[in-house]
Amino acid sequence: MNERFDAIVVGAGPAGNAAAYTMASAGLKVLQIERGEYPGSKNVQGAILYSDALEKIIPDFRDDAPLERHIIEQRMWVLDDESFVGTHFRSDDYNKPPYNRYTIIRAQFDKWFSSKVREAGALLICETTVSELLVDGNRVVGVRCDREGGDIFADVVILADGVNSTLARKAGFHAEISPGNVALAVKEILFMPQEAIEARFNITEDEGVVIEAIGKITDGMMGTGFLYTNKDSLTIGIGCMLADFKGSPNRTSPYAVLERMKKHPAIAPMIAGGEMKEYCAHLIPEGGFYAVPRVFGDGWMIVGDSGGFVNSVHREGSNLAMTTGRLAAETAIAAKEAGKGFGAASLKAYKAALDESFVMKDLHKYRDMPDVFHRNNQFFTTYPELVNRAAKTMITVDGVDKKTKEREIFGDFRQKRSLVGLMGDAFKLWRAFR
Amino acid sequence: MNAAVNVEEKLFQNRYRVDAGRPHIRIKQPDLCRTECGTQSCTYVCPASCYKAEGNGSVTLITDGCLECGSCRIICNEHANVAWEYPRGGYGVLFKFG
Repeated sequence: MNERFDAIVVGAGPAGNAAAYTMASAGLKVLQIERGEYPGSKNVQGAILYSDALEKIIPDFRDDAPLERHIIEQRMWVLDDESFVGTHFRSDDYNKPPYNRYTIIRAQFDKWFSSKVREAGALLICETTVSELLVDGNRVVGVRCDREGGDIFADVVILADGVNSTLARKAGFHAEISPGNVALAVKEILFMPQEAIEARFNITEDEGVVIEAIGKITDGMMGTGFLYTNKDSLTIGIGCMLADFKGSPNRTSPYAVLERMKKHPAIAPMIAGGEMKEYCAHLIPEGGFYAVPRVFGDGWMIVGDSGGFVNSVHREGSNLAMTTGRLAAETAIAAKEAGKGFGAASLKAYKAALDESFVMKDLHKYRDMPDVFHRNNQFFTTYPELVNRAAKTMITVDGVDKKTKEREIFGDFRQKRSLVGLMGDAFKLWRAFR
Repeated sequence: MNAAVNVEEKLFQNRYRVDAGRPHIRIKQPDLCRTECGTQSCTYVCPASCYKAEGNGSVTLITDGCLECGSCRIICNEHANVAWEYPRGGYGVLFKFG
């Protein structure tokens, strides 16, 4: 391709689409390159769409975006082998438009988002893998594709190539990902009649429920499970830190924890009869604040998962992806208008915009969280067990007086964690959350 | 815990376009897996079970069912023995739902 572009965007996920859409809408000449057969065919997410980040890009997205259900209820479960203790938050406020969040199916959603990108004027080529960045000195000047004559040049390259961040890594912009900084998640989509979903989850048409679960299901590893309601399917998945999988004393496989979760007595009835139509795996960057690499340089910016922009505490990622994509695009637009080029001096405005946004503010707030949880796996093992035992002790009616039951529960906690351990854990959580 | 789960049955539901004869992931030095790697964690961490521990202590890799997650490359951090690329454009797993 001899044509020259203002910007090349690598990848057509939420970050890449947000970047390409924003730049093309401002009149920049944009090329977007996607390795999948169509945008979405390589992309995996839970998936929850948070409206706010998309509204800032496409305000009327609800008119035609493929959305599954708006979420009216969030459940948090702490599981033992036979039981769970949970909190549910359900509010009719979430039933009043505009809805705050939706379940989506990424293959459909990304295809829709991409159609908007093309309407805005960007050129999209699919089935093309970018093998490396073209670098002149320190400056990124384009990309090399796996097609004949595959060198393409642009003023700026936006890397939205996903969690593996292959291109920035190969170019030496950052090091290999550490197993302690990513979670490996696997999931299945289970189809069943819409009425069954609505009866099982106590919802009507278009309403949805999400369940997040921690505890015994992760086999001692740091991780969470999830169950989301789509229109006529459920998505069930579980993710644990990759370092924990690697060091698993039981040599536990990701598909084994998923099967174990599906068989849990509190979960099995909800998914019973579901027809499994796809099994996916994906890495989630969970290193947080300290794992975010350098995100810009001469002629390049990193957006989305590729830059590690995930708030693992709140299970937010796609909204950070879209926001970082938009902010990088706005930086490129301003750079073009100013006519001062796309060097690092010009693109550092991207980092400043990130720091000013919720993206870096939230990552900073929880900067110590990944480390605290990873060094203290009792939050994922001992506590779920203790909490479930305590609930069972208090709720079972067996002629034992309540004072004795309380002593039994307290003794149980003290024996398992010791008073110092309990206080230390409370302090660590408070420090990391505040 | 792993033995009871048949991952091939799961992968059977997926759509793939296999780039025959051009695997996108390769074990750089197969001998290293046998002689240097005690854990061979790729054989249980890979969510598509592409890596198999063979009776003679070696590890074999068949990428046809690969889900393109990247885990194998990252967990091989002591030996960096996995040469990992994405498949050529259009090849590999093709998610219908994602």
